[in-house]
Amino acid sequence: MKAGRIAARLGRPVVTLCGLVLLWWGIVALGGIPPYLLPSPGSVARALWAQRGLLAGAAGTTLLETVLGLLLGTAGGGALALLMMASMPVRRWMMPLVLLSQAVPVFALAPLLVLWFGFGIASKVVMAVLVIFFPITSSFFDGLRRTPPGWLDLARSMDARPGLVLLRLRLPAALPAFASGLRVAAAIAPLGAVVGEWVGASSGLGFLMQTANTRFETDLMFAALLVLASMTMLLWWGVDRALARMLYWAPDERSD
Amino acid sequence: MTPAPALALRGLAVAYRGRDLFAGLDLTLRGGVFSVLLGASGVGKTSLLRVIAGLDRPARGAVAADDGAPLAGRVAWMGQRDLLQPWARVIDNVTLGDRLRGRRPDRDRAAALLRRMGLADRLTALPAELSGGMRQRVALARTLYEDRPVVLMDEPFSALDSVTRARMQDLAAETLHGRTVVLITHDPLEACRLGQAVLLMAGDPVRVEAIEVPAGAVPRAADDDGVLHAQGVLLRRMLDAARP
Repeated sequence: MKAGRIAARLGRPVVTLCGLVLLWWGIVALGGIPPYLLPSPGSVARALWAQRGLLAGAAGTTLLETVLGLLLGTAGGGALALLMMASMPVRRWMMPLVLLSQAVPVFALAPLLVLWFGFGIASKVVMAVLVIFFPITSSFFDGLRRTPPGWLDLARSMDARPGLVLLRLRLPAALPAFASGLRVAAAIAPLGAVVGEWVGASSGLGFLMQTANTRFETDLMFAALLVLASMTMLLWWGVDRALARMLYWAPDERSD
Repeated sequence: MTPAPALALRGLAVAYRGRDLFAGLDLTLRGGVFSVLLGASGVGKTSLLRVIAGLDRPARGAVAADDGAPLAGRVAWMGQRDLLQPWARVIDNVTLGDRLRGRRPDRDRAAALLRRMGLADRLTALPAELSGGMRQRVALARTLYEDRPVVLMDEPFSALDSVTRARMQDLAAETLHGRTVVLITHDPLEACRLGQAVLLMAGDPVRVEAIEVPAGAVPRAADDDGVLHAQGVLLRRMLDAARP
C-alpha cells in the first residue's frame, strides 16, 4: 500500500516529464530547427554530463545566495510582521514600504544593487531578500491579524497580557499562513538570485547562462536551466516537508 | 476562592447590530447557585453574557457584584466552542490562563483537574486526538483552573450528543458547586436539570421571567417526574413566547 502510494506520487511527474521531453524531441527532429536555437534533449544531456563540474560549482553559488536570502528575508519579514502587529505606528509607517518592496520591479533595481553591493554574492542575497520580502511579511501579518475572535475573548476573560497574547496565541495561530508565504518564498527566491547574477557576477547559474548565451552554447544554457529548475523544486519540496513536520497540529498540513 | 457574590444587573441595555436588545433590564442573579438563562436563538442571551463577562460594554446600565468589590478578575468564561489551542497539549490548554498572564503554570493542579474529568491518561494528547466530549471536558478543566467565584457558560454543551451532554451536565454541576454560575441554554431539559433559578428570556424588547424550578438538588435526574413536567411546561412557555 505504501510502496504503491509512493509509486503513484512519483509516477505522475515522471509521466509529465517524459511527455515534455518527447514533445521537445519531436519538435527538434521534425521541425528542422538549428541546434543553436533549440538543442535536442540528447545534446543537452551531453552538455549536462560534460560540464558537470562547472554546473555544480555554479549551482552551489546560486544555492548559497538563495538560502542566505531565504534565511535573512524570513527573519526580517517575520520580525517586521510581529512589530507591525505589536505597534500601530510601526504598522502605519512600514506597510507602504512593504508594498513598495513588491511594487518596484527587482529587474530594474538589479543593476543598481550590483553597483552598490558588488559583483559578489551580497548583491544577489539582497535581490533574493527583496523578492521574498512581500510574500513573507504580508502572509505572516495577515495570519497574525486573523486570530479567531473566540480565542481573543477567552484571553481577555483571563486578564491576559497583550505581549503574551501575541506570543502564545496570535503567533502560533499565524504559523499556517506564514507557512504558505514561506512556500511561495522558497519557489521565487532563486529567481531573485539568478536575476542578480544575470546583471553582473563572476559565478552562479545566471552568470553561466548569460555567458553560454553570448557564445551560442545553447545546449549548456538549457543544461543550466534544468539544474536551476531541479534545484528550485528540491528547495520547495524540502521547505514544504519541514513545514508540514513543524505544523503537525494544523489539519491542512497533515495530508500526505 | 473568595465567596461567590450575587450579580446585580441594573438598567441594562445592550446594543446589538444598531438596536438595543434590552430596554433597561433589572435582574439579580443569586450568589453561589446555578442560574440558567433560557431563550430562543437570537434573543440576546450571548450578548447579555458577554456584557456580564466584561467582553462587551453595555449601552446603558451596569453589572455589579452585591459585595461591592469590582467584578473584574473574578469571572471565568466558557464559550460555545471549546476554544482549545490545537498546537498545545491538553495540560497546557488547561494552564492557558497562567501562561497568558505570565505566571508559572501549576501543572499539578491542572493534572488533578483533568483526573477529575476522567482524562488522567490524556494529559499530553493534542486536542485533535480527542472526541468532542473530551474536548469539552478539557475546556471545563481550563475554566475550573481559573478558580473564579463567578462562572459564565454560553451553551457549552449544545454541540454534544445527548448522552455526552447529560454526563457533562453532571460533571459541571458537581465541579462548579458553590460558585455563582450563569448558564445559557436553549434546551429546556438542561435548564430543568441544572437550574436553581431558571430565567426565560422572550419578547421584543426582551423581558426576563423567573420560572418555577423543580424540587431537588442539582444535577436532577433526567427521568425525574418533576423535571419532566417542568421541562414540558417550559417548552410550552417558549412556544407561546415565540408566537407573533
